[in-house]
Amino acid sequence: MIRLAGVSHQFDERPVLEDLDLALSERRIGVVGANGSGKSTFARLLNGLIVPSLGTVTVDGLDTADHGKAVRRKVGFIFQNPDNQIVYPIVKEDIAFGLKRLDLPRAEKEARIASVLTRFGLDGLSERSTQTLSGGQKQLLAIAGVMIMEPEVIVFDEPTTLLDLRNRNHVAQVIAGLDQPVITVSHDLDLVRDYDRVLVFDEGRILADDVPGPALARYVAAMS
Amino acid sequence: MLGLYRHGESVLHRLPAGSKLLGLVIAGTAIFLIANPFHIAGILVLVCVAYRIAGLDARTLIAQIRPALWLLALIFALQLWLNDWQAGALVTLRLSTLILLASLVTLTTQVSAMLAAMERGLAPLRHFGVDPSRVSLALSMALRFIPLIADVTAQVREAQKARGLERSVIAVAVPVILRLLKMADDIADAIDARS
Repeated sequence: MIRLAGVSHQFDERPVLEDLDLALSERRIGVVGANGSGKSTFARLLNGLIVPSLGTVTVDGLDTADHGKAVRRKVGFIFQNPDNQIVYPIVKEDIAFGLKRLDLPRAEKEARIASVLTRFGLDGLSERSTQTLSGGQKQLLAIAGVMIMEPEVIVFDEPTTLLDLRNRNHVAQVIAGLDQPVITVSHDLDLVRDYDRVLVFDEGRILADDVPGPALARYVAAMS
Repeated sequence: MLGLYRHGESVLHRLPAGSKLLGLVIAGTAIFLIANPFHIAGILVLVCVAYRIAGLDARTLIAQIRPALWLLALIFALQLWLNDWQAGALVTLRLSTLILLASLVTLTTQVSAMLAAMERGLAPLRHFGVDPSRVSLALSMALRFIPLIADVTAQVREAQKARGLERSVIAVAVPVILRLLKMADDIADAIDARS
């Protein structure tokens, strides 16, 4: 369970998020809003990449301000641009990156890598240069690199924005098939249409917090 | 180095990456200790035979040396002017042999194996406060991001060309630097998020 209590955040005295009180426990939560509405900052608060200027964010009782590393183990984060998330030049090496800091037997590491490669359809590409992958393959690699750490919750920050329709559909299917609770920030309203809950952000505040139908209708009305 | 690896089952492919890198260091040093150009030419022939053993054809071999040909020609001309043709032959043969040998190691060794070998090789530096895993990460990131930076530069150059600003260094450099700084921030966040 992720809780935000009295959370406000500002960059250089410019308020980005204001007075958020939320408990996030649903299996699928969508986050939508205009550019600059605070969605991405909100997403980064959830795994401690950003610590709020005011208030607290806790994950299973752990305050992100004090337990950043432990929180990031629990909450995986997929960035909008996979090119900024892939840090190794070879597919298999990149997937193994997070495991390097875990004290696991070599055989278990290898088994986890093989399992994730197969699960995300990357097994034929394990020795490929990451630079030569397509956009969709890079996004799958970024997801695989996070999934290998077996996070309890996964936050996606606009995961389909840079993808063509085919890759967008494939990544959407992959996200839908994940066992973990997912929080997806997106401009792609279809991606969150069958979620359990949608938060609509507007100028750093929650404009709507509801099931997708009414929440998205409110968002569309506000944007018109 | 990236993307040069050619899959194969030869004895050179099967050799441990650490042995190949150590062999390259020793051979590279030895080549510069030999002063007879005929002996170096003999070693060059052996390197060419090694390409054959690795299952690599003449076209691959030539492709490794071709980008350096103008530099080799320049060095030969310089040596000819300053010394004599024997000195020119010696230097160009040494460099050609070294380039082909280094390329042979790259062509027959996966990057992941090479980085793992480097990390193991750097382990003694731990006593001097150097963290081999950090050095390995830095090398990996250099290999990963050099082509990405080239892509960003090409995209910006194309965009500025569309605006008729292809000759302006500032019009290309400023957006590239800004994008790279933003990218560096995101990458730092990603490393934090993933480790």
